[in-house]
Amino acid sequence: MNSGKSNVRPFRIIGKPRVRVDALSKVTGQTLFADDIKLPRMLHCKLLRSTVPHAAIEKIDVARASNHPGVHLVLTGKDFPIEYGILPVSQDERPLCRDKVRFVGDPVAAVIARDEQTASAALALIEITYQSLPTIASVDEALLPTEAPLQDYAEEHNIHRRLSYSFGDVDEALEEADHVFEDTFFYEGNTHMAMEQHASVASADPDGRVTLWSSTQCPHYVHRALAKALEMPAAHIRVIACPNGGGFGGKTDPFNHEIVVSKASLLLGRPVKICLTREEVFFCHRGRHQVTMKFRTGVNNDGKLTGMHLQTLLDGGAYGSYGIASTFYTAALQPTTYHLPRYSFDACRVFTNKPPCGPKRGHGTPQPRFGQEVQLDKIAEKLQMDPAQLRLGMVAEPDSLTCNYLKIGTIGLKQCIDSVVKKSDWKNKYHNLPSGKGVGIACGAYMSGAGTAIYWNKMPHSGVQIKLDRSGAVTVYCGATDVGQGSDDVLVSLVTEVLGIETIDIKCVTGDTDLTPVDLGSYSSRVTLMMGNAAIQAAERARDLIANAVADKLEITADHIGFADRLVFDVEDPTRHMSFQEAVVCAEEKHGTLVTAGSYAPPKSAGKYPGGGVGPSPTYSYTAAVAEVEVDEKTGVVEVSRIYIAHDIGRSLNPVQVEGQVIGGVYMGIGEALMEETTSRRLSPRLSNALLHDNPSMLDYKTLTMHDMPEVLVDIIEDPDPNGPFGAKEVGQGPLLPIMPAVANAIFDAVGVRIDEVPITPAKVLKALEMKAAGREGRVGPRAFPAIDWPQAMFVLPPAEGGDGKASNKPERKRAAKMHAMDKVEEQTTDTVKPS
Amino acid sequence: MSLPEKTPLLLNVNGEDMEVLVAAGKTLLEVLREDLDLTGTKHGCELGECGACTVLRDGQPVLSCLLLANECEGTLIETVEGLADKDRLHPLQLAFAEHGGLQCGYCTPGVLMTAKALLDGNSRPHRSQIREALSGNLCRCTGYQQIIESVEHAAAAINAPAKAGS
Repeated sequence: MNSGKSNVRPFRIIGKPRVRVDALSKVTGQTLFADDIKLPRMLHCKLLRSTVPHAAIEKIDVARASNHPGVHLVLTGKDFPIEYGILPVSQDERPLCRDKVRFVGDPVAAVIARDEQTASAALALIEITYQSLPTIASVDEALLPTEAPLQDYAEEHNIHRRLSYSFGDVDEALEEADHVFEDTFFYEGNTHMAMEQHASVASADPDGRVTLWSSTQCPHYVHRALAKALEMPAAHIRVIACPNGGGFGGKTDPFNHEIVVSKASLLLGRPVKICLTREEVFFCHRGRHQVTMKFRTGVNNDGKLTGMHLQTLLDGGAYGSYGIASTFYTAALQPTTYHLPRYSFDACRVFTNKPPCGPKRGHGTPQPRFGQEVQLDKIAEKLQMDPAQLRLGMVAEPDSLTCNYLKIGTIGLKQCIDSVVKKSDWKNKYHNLPSGKGVGIACGAYMSGAGTAIYWNKMPHSGVQIKLDRSGAVTVYCGATDVGQGSDDVLVSLVTEVLGIETIDIKCVTGDTDLTPVDLGSYSSRVTLMMGNAAIQAAERARDLIANAVADKLEITADHIGFADRLVFDVEDPTRHMSFQEAVVCAEEKHGTLVTAGSYAPPKSAGKYPGGGVGPSPTYSYTAAVAEVEVDEKTGVVEVSRIYIAHDIGRSLNPVQVEGQVIGGVYMGIGEALMEETTSRRLSPRLSNALLHDNPSMLDYKTLTMHDMPEVLVDIIEDPDPNGPFGAKEVGQGPLLPIMPAVANAIFDAVGVRIDEVPITPAKVLKALEMKAAGREGRVGPRAFPAIDWPQAMFVLPPAEGGDGKASNKPERKRAAKMHAMDKVEEQTTDTVKPS
Repeated sequence: MSLPEKTPLLLNVNGEDMEVLVAAGKTLLEVLREDLDLTGTKHGCELGECGACTVLRDGQPVLSCLLLANECEGTLIETVEGLADKDRLHPLQLAFAEHGGLQCGYCTPGVLMTAKALLDGNSRPHRSQIREALSGNLCRCTGYQQIIESVEHAAAAINAPAKAGS
């Protein structure tokens, strides 16, 4: 992609440890997060949230609240007639509920007052009459027939969506396998718990335009949602994403509070701010879906996979959010890690009366990754193979198409496995540590950006503009949003590298829909790759303009012009040079005002079947990890003593930040493995029967503290990918994926019990140990996968069997495909001698 | 329209005397952020669970969200805005910037102030002492490892003999 002039080595700053560009403002407390903004005449907003889990709103009386001293405005659902939602197919949210509430915490009214205390006092004066509706508390209840589904667009009962795909004839692949493994797993939901509580400030101007500052990862999607929900031209709305105090996916949806304060500011002509309480952040949620999974996997005696059938069932909570994408992601990325000739999946998301689930770090993939990697451990045990060796033997091929048409570019997974095996002394530790201690290995793969936007369009996914002028100042503009991952640093460092200046010479303006070209947002690990490629293109165009002008002055051709150390020079004779600032003057003299732009759109997906847009990415990152654990057999407490992890990043742009992302992913993975869970409980009928969030506080929602965090040994594997900026791939999400299964597998190595669900709490470990001691199978996990009426699978012939990427359920085509497939299998059988 | 009753309060923040009119029941966190515009101090829960709002009172780390502003009269309050000595950053600030001690930067002010109290009392802490001192400060980005390393680098810088010219 950017294999041209910029891709020369050695780099001046790329790949070198460097202080990130926003570090000093953050260590001095000068970075302004959304709640740090204070505007003249600013008012404050508080939301009234439902106290019942499912009910029709019969009556709302706001008269007393409206008359309360200091209250300027009270809004209810009738002020917001338009529905919105992140996905075009799930426009099911309202800024304030109008007819129905669907979970405890659903907002029903807003008070805007002179301060938060006054607004809170007025909330208590709003009188609401609810008519209770049946509450759906679990996936099992959601699958039952109902007269009154939670959402009227549910497919059937409370089923949001069912998906069924078959890439080749999987039944046949399983029939012909030497072994078929059938395992069920359970992954409890959990949440992002970013340190910053969501906050927004809206300010309308007298001309009827409005500006919203917000802690959002996706200002572009907020911009679209505001335009729709406020019934205003998007051109009159400005969204500014403040630096996010952490996101992890929790700030990727457009939120009701963002729309409410925008509307309030337009109605009042004054700035309006809201900052959610921590409890409200738990209600906003959009966190990890709870998923029940069943894997049926065919394996030959040599440890090669023949096919896999995966079923997933997701508890989606009360609204759509990114849920359909999440549902696809519980299945779509499985074939990117290991060679899998045939694959089929059935995935189902249901609605329940809980806070809505959505994307959290790894979006839909940590759950099936956990299942697959634990199942591989069981397969290795059964085949008496080393689990690391088993994985090494099945790593997907570079530059290949998976059976579901995902294009794999570079793949450094073998190096990752080799690295963690060596550094952890795996061969001496596995099966050899004293009882109570164990090691476990697992791998993962993740996208470097989703190949398609949330809404269908043919425009760039990321745009970058660069402005230069005679002062020598360079300003770079991009819609990307820094959520802590360091995207501003990536943007500045890439432009710095190309122009041969220093990072302090560049000002970056990001995440502002008035000023910056669109970038879709900080999700799907897309920013480094997509923004990065756009930035390099814009910078190369600026460099070409300068080189062209300087070449005239130096009377040489432009391809002899070099850029380094704030100088522009003749590469044959660097003494013939001028300062960068003088060079910009030359360029402005010759070309006029200097502005360049770059843009990036991912390659077209190879899969032409409906739904084939979920899963493709310009390239995938790979990770392997070994967990070392100690299990206290008396208490069931699991302590992770060390994590060895290797991540294939293509190219590391700033090793300090890369390592930080890896360790941060490990941290969150250990939390998910051992303690993080979002659960709910139903009060007794005497106490309203409400379905309550069990742990909406940082005390009750358990996370690792500095005491609990083990040492992490990080190895970065670099094999530049041609689709990445200077070869870089993602690092924000992938390193989390192998941690949960590596821990579970290590527990089995330590004490011989299988905990086939997360979080792995001491109670579960003790229960499994007791079962084992009683002579039964030492296992905790789901026994069965619920019966679901699946639609007919969409059949797509894999590329290796002659498929063209299109779906066809025509019987003749499927028969032909099967015959073709049988030929292939025969070929393979003659090629490969199976060990007896 | 009745406004809440306010009482005058004299606070010493980062070495400066400041007088504010404060409504009864306001926390130190609220007064710092809302009345004194010292927004460097953050909040993550306002229930004493996360440590993001940590400031120093007479040199000791306190959770400013749990402390009434009125309780702080006559004490010395230090916040992240006072950590640097004019244009000279504190060794902790330099170390955190250089060694990946921050990502989103939201827990950072609270972490820095807690670490400052630690190093003020013990400039050569063991790793276990760093973990002990900072275990009340939650961070969701870093996985803590680079925070610990940053504190160690800062301690080393504090203990190193001053270099000529630096």
